[in-house]
Amino acid sequence: MTHSFDIVVVGAGPAGLAAAAAAAGAGGRVAILDDNPRVGGQIWRSSVATSHPEPARIRAVQRFEASGAKLFSGRQVVDAEPSRKHGAPGRLDAWGSATRTLETFIFDQLILTTGARERLLPFPGWTLPGVFGAGGLQAIVRGGYQVRGKRVAVAGTGPLLLAVAAHLQQDGAEIVLVAEQASLRSLISFGKSLVTHPAKILQGIRLRRELAGVPYRTGCWPVAAKGEGDGELSAVQFSNGSRNWTERCDLLACGFHLVPNTELATLLGCNVSETGVQVNAGQQTSVANVYCAGEPTGIAGVDAAVLQGEIAGLTAAGKAGQAARLHRKRDAQIAFGQAMDRAFALRNELRNLPQPDTIVCRCEDVRFAQLQEQVNPQNDWTNAKLQTRCGMGPCQGRVCGPALNALFGWRNSSVRSPIFPIPLEALCSAPFNTEEVQISDSQENSR
Amino acid sequence: MREVDKSTTTTVTVYVNGNPVQALRGAMLAATLLNTGQVCRTSESGEPRTALCGMGICFECRATVDGLPHQRTCQIECREGMTVHTQQ
Repeated sequence: MTHSFDIVVVGAGPAGLAAAAAAAGAGGRVAILDDNPRVGGQIWRSSVATSHPEPARIRAVQRFEASGAKLFSGRQVVDAEPSRKHGAPGRLDAWGSATRTLETFIFDQLILTTGARERLLPFPGWTLPGVFGAGGLQAIVRGGYQVRGKRVAVAGTGPLLLAVAAHLQQDGAEIVLVAEQASLRSLISFGKSLVTHPAKILQGIRLRRELAGVPYRTGCWPVAAKGEGDGELSAVQFSNGSRNWTERCDLLACGFHLVPNTELATLLGCNVSETGVQVNAGQQTSVANVYCAGEPTGIAGVDAAVLQGEIAGLTAAGKAGQAARLHRKRDAQIAFGQAMDRAFALRNELRNLPQPDTIVCRCEDVRFAQLQEQVNPQNDWTNAKLQTRCGMGPCQGRVCGPALNALFGWRNSSVRSPIFPIPLEALCSAPFNTEEVQISDSQENSR
Repeated sequence: MREVDKSTTTTVTVYVNGNPVQALRGAMLAATLLNTGQVCRTSESGEPRTALCGMGICFECRATVDGLPHQRTCQIECREGMTVHTQQ
């Protein structure tokens, strides 16, 4: 089945909803695709047991629904090209998990709002049942996982940890510890930088108040998760660099801030640097009819994402003048994101957590010692892939990639369609790009 | 947008490895499997694995759903009569 739109938006989180609403409001025929069953992305993920969603989410969804943009949920984008030849429209292919069909979307302009994922780092025991990403556990609890009465340790880094801890506590979990790897000193200087963002300070104060009585420790990190008899998590060992101690817990929610989802942008040939997809003031990428907004351009939070989405939607719909009025507000939020990157930068100790037998690639069960043998002067991941299958499983390196980058400095050198695994029945009916997309020299130099 | 209100929430029955399990309508299948203490799959080297990222990225929560293998249970809402087989 083929659909044709002026503007296609990929990802219905805060940036995507704003982009679609703005573009449709400016008169464009707009489609928005999302792989989840419901809109909202991760930060506005709806909860199965709560009738009080966030006011910002309600406003954004209502505005989106009134805009006339057409929603295609449960669609996983697997292939795309910006333009078949000069001036011709672009196309992307999406697999519908419910419809079991591959659909083609033809577009003049494409807006990528593919969000971010958690950075997960390997340490002994991190593959035990009971160990989750921090945002991961929050999402699963919103999906109906009961944590009432469970003892939960929250660890890693980033502002998400406090939000997750507060949410889990509200749902009846006992938070035994929030362990933030960043030092108190770096958090204090981050706090000072927030003077220009009073709303974020208030949010922080509200979270701390909700978490009164919960131990919050800075400058400490998990070193090992321990299982009991049936292999379920029973305790986590923490360290602050000078001493180790053990916290008994049923669950560990552990994430090390976020990394941008840049696979689709890379496939389309957009310039991508270490911090994310490169965009100009109008959120336009290096590929003329492809725009990008929100976390894929660098982790800066929901307020930045909404503004970037609005700017991308307006610019793509030919209202660059109107979008320009939002540039300054957007830039202030980007500065906040950069301060976050500095404050929550990974400490070196985290790179020493894996033991030789610690699994790094969870899809293929590739262990740290196997990867150490593949360290090479080019800092290239390709050899490790060929020799160990690391990153070759169904997640296509989305989990181990950021870990390998932190551990060895390796970068994924290519993206290949389909960018998500799909059933063979879909491949049989589709004309896929068979050539591999190499990251170009200019992209390489911009890193 | 559809927000499920507590007062109107109903439950559905899904079948996990043949056993009936009650779940909130709209609950994620991965959450329901965790509530039953059921692991989703066995890894290449034989480890039990359950949901990790909760957002369709990591594929740790995959299982056979209504006969289709390798489905990410964190992206699927429970429906009445749904059958789930964990992957050994």
